[in-house]
Amino acid sequence: MAPDYSPDKLFKLNAAKKVRLTVFAVFVIAIIAAFFIYPSAWDKAINKINVISPVALPNFIKTPFKLGLDLAGGTRLIYSADVSGVKDQNPASAMSGLRDVIERRVNLFGVSEPVIEVEHSASQWRLIVELAGIKDISQAIALIGETPFLEFKEQRDDTETQKILNEQKAGNKEYLTQDPYFKATNLSGKYIKSAKVEFSQNTYQPEVSVQFDGEGAKIFEELTKNNVGKQLGIYLDGLPISAPVVREPISGGSAVISGKFNIDEAKKLAERLNAGALPVPIRLISQDSVGASLGQNSLDKSVKAGFIGFLAVAIFMILYYRFPGIVAVAALLIYTTLVLALFKLIPVTLTLAGVAGFILSIGMAVDANVLIFERMKEEFRAGKVLSSAIDDGFARAWFSIRDSNISTLITTLVLYYFTTSVVKGFALTLGIGVIMSMFSAIFVTRSFLKIFPVDSLEKLPWLMSVKNLNSKPQT
Amino acid sequence: MFDIIGKRKIYYTISAVFIVASIIALFLWGLEFGIDFKGGSILEVAYPGNKRPETNQIIDSLKPLKLNDLRISPVGDNGANFRFKETDEATHQEIIKILGGNIEERRFSSIGPTIGTELKQKSIKAIIIVLFGISLYIAWAFRKVSKPLSSWRYGVATLVALFHDLVIPVGLFAFLGHFYGVEIGTNFIVALLVILGFSVHDTIVVFDRIRENLKRYVSLDFVSLINQSVNETLMRSINTSLTVLLTLLALYVFGGESIRYFVLALMVGIFSGTYSSIFIASPLLASWFKVLNKS
Repeated sequence: MAPDYSPDKLFKLNAAKKVRLTVFAVFVIAIIAAFFIYPSAWDKAINKINVISPVALPNFIKTPFKLGLDLAGGTRLIYSADVSGVKDQNPASAMSGLRDVIERRVNLFGVSEPVIEVEHSASQWRLIVELAGIKDISQAIALIGETPFLEFKEQRDDTETQKILNEQKAGNKEYLTQDPYFKATNLSGKYIKSAKVEFSQNTYQPEVSVQFDGEGAKIFEELTKNNVGKQLGIYLDGLPISAPVVREPISGGSAVISGKFNIDEAKKLAERLNAGALPVPIRLISQDSVGASLGQNSLDKSVKAGFIGFLAVAIFMILYYRFPGIVAVAALLIYTTLVLALFKLIPVTLTLAGVAGFILSIGMAVDANVLIFERMKEEFRAGKVLSSAIDDGFARAWFSIRDSNISTLITTLVLYYFTTSVVKGFALTLGIGVIMSMFSAIFVTRSFLKIFPVDSLEKLPWLMSVKNLNSKPQT
Repeated sequence: MFDIIGKRKIYYTISAVFIVASIIALFLWGLEFGIDFKGGSILEVAYPGNKRPETNQIIDSLKPLKLNDLRISPVGDNGANFRFKETDEATHQEIIKILGGNIEERRFSSIGPTIGTELKQKSIKAIIIVLFGISLYIAWAFRKVSKPLSSWRYGVATLVALFHDLVIPVGLFAFLGHFYGVEIGTNFIVALLVILGFSVHDTIVVFDRIRENLKRYVSLDFVSLINQSVNETLMRSINTSLTVLLTLLALYVFGGESIRYFVLALMVGIFSGTYSSIFIASPLLASWFKVLNKS
């Protein structure tokens, strides 16, 4: 015999007390989930209560749904990166450096939560940039495509710094764009051969070693000779990334930046130095932009479609299954609430296809209920008393529910792991939907059915949508 | 009780007609691949105040840019859809400039051919893995069943039903592509995979009942037992598909235009999946049993 996975054996929900407890827990969770989805309902109520309440009650946490580019409006850019120039370096770390450079630039645009991903597929390195709600796409594309520029700057002397600061205070336009603390040198990223993370022989702390080429070594030696005891500013794309103090003149073109950084910080610095030293050229190979109004339009339509779809399913279920149908609709409502709350909680990026997947899952979530009800009716017709018809209906239907949902789960898993990010959204929402629908059928529908006074229902077979009982109840 | 198994030849014939028609459509016309698969650009714009110029006028104005394979189709009352070979950002900006500053750019996609090729390979890989995974699962789920048909035959019957459910939407889209220019993109592949999952889902419920009834009615002959099992699960099969079709219909009518054909593919596939689980998969088991018993 196969092990018994029926919910009866797994959860031992037979006792009436446990059923009541489950129903109570389900309601509490569903109500919290509902406020989580729609916090302003809570806030409105709270504002009224707070007028008379001695303790001020807090507002509900607000988490927005995470919308994909096709719903929020935005641009998705795919770049192909040419890593053939970085021979001494691991291409993955070169890409990580590039990603960092692009991220810093994208952040200048004030885009909310930009997504920048490195993808390695079919022996090609790619960079995927997603910008939500951006107006000037062509400017963003121009900025992202620029070659990173790494430069070394030396500290100004105090009188110079003071002068620039004073002029800036006075509003002299000529000085406004000047950096009062550092000035340019002729040492730039093109003289760096490589940078890597090493560990100090003495302190075992991570440090970053930088190797200059022949010409770079000479400039560097000159620079360090003139700046002993002062800071050397290292700038990437015009923004500082590190400012080590020169301890002594360094000849031979090999320097070490040490300090109190952990491995990740050291790695990041090395990657940034490399990104400026050996720029990885990128080429835009795909662009996908959706206007904000089209996104909003799609979203509105999907919400409307979801609502109507839900209503149609609810009407059908109640007309066909009557009392159990009402229970199923209540379960479906809780299912919808919980799934939407999960989408916020995880969070799942909702795309148009993802919303379609969710709406599809509403239709499929009913399936477990249908399976159970059909079984229940069979058991009831066969003459069992209602309470055991409910139990047996569940126990028998469980195998079908499990087996049939696994095939859908296999599909969603494959879709999630083997396809593009657009499809992933769909796979994720459908997958979550399928798992939650099993949960809803077992816990919610079952407990709801059991909590009602079964004996009184028995006299009304019409409510159970069974026309006639073939035989009298046995025991 | 309906005599479904007894009349199986009628149902086989109906399916055969659709399958043959689909295969002919596929070979005759092929599928119209969208830009996600073959690369290219799509630009959708809206002209303010219903002042969309004549298509010829737009084409003339864009002539200096020498766009390859430019096709323009109207969208709604004031929108237009432009399709052309993939292009760079500079050309894209030129187009917008020529079309006029007051238009609203609804969407722009430009996809390089490498991405398309890769997507095709990924899609094929995904379909193969799903088919393989599901076959393995069925063989495992029915491993205990050996009499009077061994478990792998259930797997084969499921795969035949799957083939049935995939070929019909593909044939429909070959037809739609040829006559209405409907393109298939990533969404179509997703639809096929969902149909795959759903179709198996439906078939498994019926087979599950056969498995259970084999234990329950030992004296019943196999063919009547299949018929009884199909009848017992009939309402469930129809009701489940009905609820899914109801939600899909809502999406088809009220949802966004960009997923309309995705939803259509799902509707056709799920309908055919329900049909095949009732009228094809289980009757096939009966036919197979009869053939084996004759020899």
